[in-house]
Amino acid sequence: MDYETLRLIWWALLGILLIGFAVMDGFDLGTAALLPFVARTDIERRIVLNTVGPVWEGNQVWFIVGGGVIFAAWPTLYAASFSGFYLAMFLVLATLILRPAGFKFRSKVSDPRWRAFWDWALFAGGVVPALVFGVAFGNLFLGVPFGFDSDLRLHTDITLFSLLNPFALLVGLTSLSMIVLHGASWLNYKTDGTVQARARRVMPFAAIAFGALFLLAGAWLARLDGYVIAGAMAHDGPSNPTLKEVARVAGGWVTGSAMPAVAAALVGAAGALLLRRRPLLAFFCSALVPIGTIATAGLALFPFLLPSSSHPGASLTVWDASSSKLTLGVMLGVTALLLPIIIAYTAMVYRVMRGPVRAKDVGGHSY
Amino acid sequence: MDLVELSRLQFAVTALYHFIFVPLTLGLSVLLGIMETVYVMTGREIWRDLVKFWGILFGINFAMGVATGLTMEFQFGTNWAYYSQYVGDVFGAPLAIEGLMAFFLEATFVGLFFFAWDRLSKVQHLMATWTLALGTNLSALWILIANGWMQYPVGARFNADTMRMEVSDFMAVLFNPVAQAKFVHTVSAGYVTGSVFVLAISAWYLLRGRHVEFARRSMTVAASFGLASALSVVILGDESGYTAGQNQKMKIAAIEAMWDTEPAPASFTLFGLPDRANHVTHYEVQVPWMLGLVATRSTDTPVPGISELVGTARRNIADGLIAYRALTVIKTAPKDAAARTALDAHVNNLGYALLLKNIRPDIENATPDEIARAAASTVPNVPVLFWAFRIMVGLGLWFIALFAASFWFSAKRQLDRYRIYLWAAFLTLPLPWIAAELGWIVAEYGRQPWVIVGVLPTALGVSSTAAGNVLLSLTGFALFYSCLLVVDLYLLLKYIRLGPDAALTAQGHTEEAA
Repeated sequence: MDYETLRLIWWALLGILLIGFAVMDGFDLGTAALLPFVARTDIERRIVLNTVGPVWEGNQVWFIVGGGVIFAAWPTLYAASFSGFYLAMFLVLATLILRPAGFKFRSKVSDPRWRAFWDWALFAGGVVPALVFGVAFGNLFLGVPFGFDSDLRLHTDITLFSLLNPFALLVGLTSLSMIVLHGASWLNYKTDGTVQARARRVMPFAAIAFGALFLLAGAWLARLDGYVIAGAMAHDGPSNPTLKEVARVAGGWVTGSAMPAVAAALVGAAGALLLRRRPLLAFFCSALVPIGTIATAGLALFPFLLPSSSHPGASLTVWDASSSKLTLGVMLGVTALLLPIIIAYTAMVYRVMRGPVRAKDVGGHSY
Repeated sequence: MDLVELSRLQFAVTALYHFIFVPLTLGLSVLLGIMETVYVMTGREIWRDLVKFWGILFGINFAMGVATGLTMEFQFGTNWAYYSQYVGDVFGAPLAIEGLMAFFLEATFVGLFFFAWDRLSKVQHLMATWTLALGTNLSALWILIANGWMQYPVGARFNADTMRMEVSDFMAVLFNPVAQAKFVHTVSAGYVTGSVFVLAISAWYLLRGRHVEFARRSMTVAASFGLASALSVVILGDESGYTAGQNQKMKIAAIEAMWDTEPAPASFTLFGLPDRANHVTHYEVQVPWMLGLVATRSTDTPVPGISELVGTARRNIADGLIAYRALTVIKTAPKDAAARTALDAHVNNLGYALLLKNIRPDIENATPDEIARAAASTVPNVPVLFWAFRIMVGLGLWFIALFAASFWFSAKRQLDRYRIYLWAAFLTLPLPWIAAELGWIVAEYGRQPWVIVGVLPTALGVSSTAAGNVLLSLTGFALFYSCLLVVDLYLLLKYIRLGPDAALTAQGHTEEAA
């Protein structure tokens, strides 16, 4: 397989892993974000926690593996994005670290203040990552200031404050509404009675909010400067992001190829809204929302991965920020072998744990 | 403190903290598998309760391991961006495979372990428990392949067009002898930790005369598994990896405070006071032949001393400067054939030339005196390594003695006969953690001044972020992690005090049951 094809496949796999994270971990982040509101009494909260109890740890691995795969396949992107978004990353890490502790520790002490503390910690662990990942995606379209010296040492000039601009915040809210919708759809499917009724009431608000914010972000995006590679660029050249020219073009991010993905996101939101009395179908529809949204972002940015606003020529693209051909090839073999196995045993676990969670299921070894 | 020191301190703090939880996860997961196997084979309920009780403690610890592991996965990018850029092509792969092969497995099956007691048959649940144990052990394998490559970077080559290290031989990275030795040593240390944990808490129950049947059974399992693991930790210690590569040799010379090469087979210094300034060790007590036998597995291979290794480093730096000068030419004239040939011929020592960057930025103009200083900087902190290693080995020998005694008493059914033995077992509780953390200090502090031995000096690996940011995240972690540790210990103590019967009912307690 040639270098260009390998890079394209790994661009697609990057998308698939990010989508895996948003779809799988998305519903338990959303569940945590809704925890204080859809569940009022302790037993209700334990029901909500136990809907994700057996699966959230596996879901979170999509995030960890996403990071590992970016490191292995797109090392320059890994270095630039994580060091560039330094404080934002640590904000996400701190709230994500609260999650294992919150899930595992919360119900081990019966003091209501203890439990309330962890409930809000889990809430933060759901809301903050959803918001910050959205803000980070928003900033990709604006470009962030970074460049390289002749040793390919990265120099960045990004501050947390500069990341919190209006467009990025809009994308952050879009992401949050998507996660809340997905969490509500999950609870609508995995609970019954009061909790289910409350989750179901959230769904129309979240779906409409998502649709409106998503379209607004799209309209704004059409007015932003997009990035295009100026002149010819080899697709199988060395991974050195300092050898090309990049120009900025008004509306350059709008591409026809992203339109099916836009449609998928909107159809998913509408489906979740209309089919909320058929919980499993509605849940699959809400899973379509992150698929469509992330695909929209990836296709609009293509071939860019991380545009540089201060040195556009140093922008990271699919053609000059990847690992070597050998590493991409070996990792493709490993992933092709392991990903189907992972999906198979994950599906097995969901099958074993199928059915709604009720009050009688709470206790013993559960959360 | 500057950016480099803050970044190193943050990595050290978060890594040592992460490793409070990892060895217990490694050891307890296997012990749970063994106990549940006994349950499935005998069908006796008490063994299931054993699994469930130790499972509660496992779960509390596992959550902390997962939480602190998140930081480790992302810190390479946030704080060591140049490192990630320079070696990501090699180092990223085992990390990604660790996620795909191990993290998914353990994180998915840990859910079944806790939540599916009523939904799976006995044998199915047993399979889930063993799969969980397999996942945790596989994750140790892959992270140690990554770490082993930092100690002994085989199978990779510098590429001038991308200004980074790239994989040339994947199998060499995979079957790195240093990584293999580290893996066996580290998982065995984890098994020892798990066994000491079970043994010590059970001993405490016996001292109190509580949960006697439960504690005896737990101790029997811990004693036999612990004895095998403690022997394996010492016999298969990772000295076998110390013969490979320049820095590994330097590490063993530093551990020994062996300033000059001795005629083979070298003697082992049992005790002494290493003096860094004068390159001598005072009050040495030596065991003849032992070091030569252990380190080289032979009687005629010499173990090089520190001065000899510094001399090699000086020659490597001079050689590496030829590669560096050629690379400078290539940066402006990528097609210069003479420079490419020169780089190819000397590229293996390029990293040694980079050591000079700690002394002056324009390293191509380095004086012989500066080269000598850079060579001297390859000597790690001898007294720290000397003592850390001796305390670790002393503890390792103590674990063998303790488990041998436990094994004997459990075979004679006399576990609760000698209170002094029970006290010794109980008081050993914190020691495996001390040994494990000291082991990492020997391995990683002993690797300095390198982040990748012979390839990239630590100081060059950092991100170009502001030192203030790192100070902020470091302070945040110190506070946050301290609070989490207090909570974690509080919960562990609470459930240990409750004991198996009460713990299994208290677990599910709800104020307002529906």
